[in-house]
Amino acid sequence: MSAGIDLDNVCCDFGNFRAVDNVNVSIQPGEFFSFLGPSGCGKTTILRMISGFTDPTGGAIRIGGKDVKGQRPNQRPTALIFQNLALFPLMPIWENIAFGLEVRGVDKATRRKKAEELLALVDLPGSADKMVSQLSGGQKQRVAIARALAVEPAVMLLDEPLSALDLKLRQHMRAELRAIQKRTGVTFIYITHDQGEALAMSDRVGVMSQGRLQQVANPRDIYNNPVNGFVASFVGENNILTGEIGHRADGMASFSTALGTFRARIADGVTKGKLYVRPEFMSLQDTAAVENSVPVTLSEVAFEGNFISVHAVAENGFSMAVELRNDGSGTVPQSGTKMHMAFDARNAAILPDSDTAGA
Amino acid sequence: MHDLFRRYGKGLTFTFIGLTAFWLLVLVILPDFKLLESSFRPYLPIKEVGGPKDVYSLGNYAQILGNHVDFNSFGLHFEIPARIKVFVLTIIYSGVVTFVTFALAYPLCFYLAKVASNKSLPTLFLLLFVPLWVSEVLRSFAWYIILTLKGPLNAFLMAIGAIEKEIRWVEGYSPVVITLVYAYVLFMVFPVYNAMQSLDNNQIEAAEDLGAPWWKIHWRIVLPHSKPGIASGAVMVFMLSAGSLLVPAIINSTTGNWFTQTIQGIMMEGQDWNAGAAFAFMLLLFCTVAVTVAMRIFRVKLSDIAK
Repeated sequence: MSAGIDLDNVCCDFGNFRAVDNVNVSIQPGEFFSFLGPSGCGKTTILRMISGFTDPTGGAIRIGGKDVKGQRPNQRPTALIFQNLALFPLMPIWENIAFGLEVRGVDKATRRKKAEELLALVDLPGSADKMVSQLSGGQKQRVAIARALAVEPAVMLLDEPLSALDLKLRQHMRAELRAIQKRTGVTFIYITHDQGEALAMSDRVGVMSQGRLQQVANPRDIYNNPVNGFVASFVGENNILTGEIGHRADGMASFSTALGTFRARIADGVTKGKLYVRPEFMSLQDTAAVENSVPVTLSEVAFEGNFISVHAVAENGFSMAVELRNDGSGTVPQSGTKMHMAFDARNAAILPDSDTAGA
Repeated sequence: MHDLFRRYGKGLTFTFIGLTAFWLLVLVILPDFKLLESSFRPYLPIKEVGGPKDVYSLGNYAQILGNHVDFNSFGLHFEIPARIKVFVLTIIYSGVVTFVTFALAYPLCFYLAKVASNKSLPTLFLLLFVPLWVSEVLRSFAWYIILTLKGPLNAFLMAIGAIEKEIRWVEGYSPVVITLVYAYVLFMVFPVYNAMQSLDNNQIEAAEDLGAPWWKIHWRIVLPHSKPGIASGAVMVFMLSAGSLLVPAIINSTTGNWFTQTIQGIMMEGQDWNAGAAFAFMLLLFCTVAVTVAMRIFRVKLSDIAK
């Protein structure tokens, strides 16, 4: 019983401030979709519009094909998991979970049974009669999920529900959420500013900035083929070089910078932009490569365990980051060494700046 | 104690503890003990005080049982002592005052705590406070004027055609109840507002999101959360109402006597302080019992009220 969601030119203004600007996206039934963006980018406003707490000032929202304009949150087939979870502290766990059933007039015995089933589903059996204050952060998380699932929503909306948890638990809950979503088949719309979370869990990710949807794609494409500079630099790290686009052929172009001329991927229609290369696509070599090579001095080398983080300074003082995988050979470059930094042209891209209202 | 010494020094600590002890002991506890003690002594001419007739007895307390009157209520007919009747009615109508203040305060508090914008709050609170700048005496007189037979309330109701003939408002207990509600409603508003304000808005939204209609949100979320505030407001309004002398003295009709007026009559007009003290202690005792019972019924703990 899941439903798709269509956002059709959705806008939301708060006074003069445009929080959400012409967002168009079609979320499939049963999809795990994440809105990823920095705080204040409008992602929470989108969630509140879908759940019915905020009215869009323009455009239409359709849930399961039906326009939900004018429907209150208690009439929509959505269930929202709040950032602070908003569990009811004065009710025992099972009443929390069964609250949605209680308001639908389900009798007590059935409610209790359903609550126990959901507690089993979220891996928390035997805590039906505990109070909210007796649970740990991760357990509260599960209760919030169970409470939302109890009303059998067509769409689950999650507003950064993992942000209050510690790192280990967060990673565990990621997998858990994904598993629950697969088991129930409900459409999940997930809001986060944590790129790792979005990439690891989602079928598709929508990256947002300043109220506009910058790119909608699967996690791999978001990371490997960002459409603009904002997406590239918000998701993952980048070395960014400014310069001029030169000769182009077969989706590649030359790019002249203060460090020399490089070759990189370019999309049609891009006439202005910067060069983006991720640190892990950079390599360090003793001799200069054929193309895309810069002589550098290593300024800082940090052994991080699974990778080695290196900062390298070019002759003109421009600093760049390189990430080397720890291959177990035990060779760690020394700072102060002069080497050549190189990258494959297919792993670098010339991208325009972000898509803003003015552009 | 050790902490106080370190923070304020010995001199200051002892001074303040001494002052507090003086206030509590000499100004509160000792006079009350004196009253309690004299409530068990008979009312005698000064010459016989301390004489052979001055022995402890429950005589003063038994005085409440004198003077039987008819009492009709709920279709039943009793003959009960006049003072018991006033006593019981005072408790009942104090309960009515408490309930009406709650019924008025709840929606107001919800509006203030959850609906009104932060910008308008100072103005709204000012409007609530302004009446308090006028003394209770004046406010009671104002209600007396409003409620008189040819007063503004009747004139207004006649003008809009709601009634054809003036209503006699100053009759029975209604004028006292109306004025007490007006006098003490803020004692309900502030604790309830404080309690409601601490409710996370997400709780209300979560309940709505799960499909709850507005009344269910209030019944299951807002009301239980506000319970400590309601309890402390109710205790204050109830105690203040039952113990109010000024309001009933100004506005009361001849058919709606308040028990404090009975006590005042015995003490001031009858000059029998011993019997007056006995009656005052009975009022205190019964009010405490009533509050305790109400707290049991609504499952409120004393620690909730202290919050």
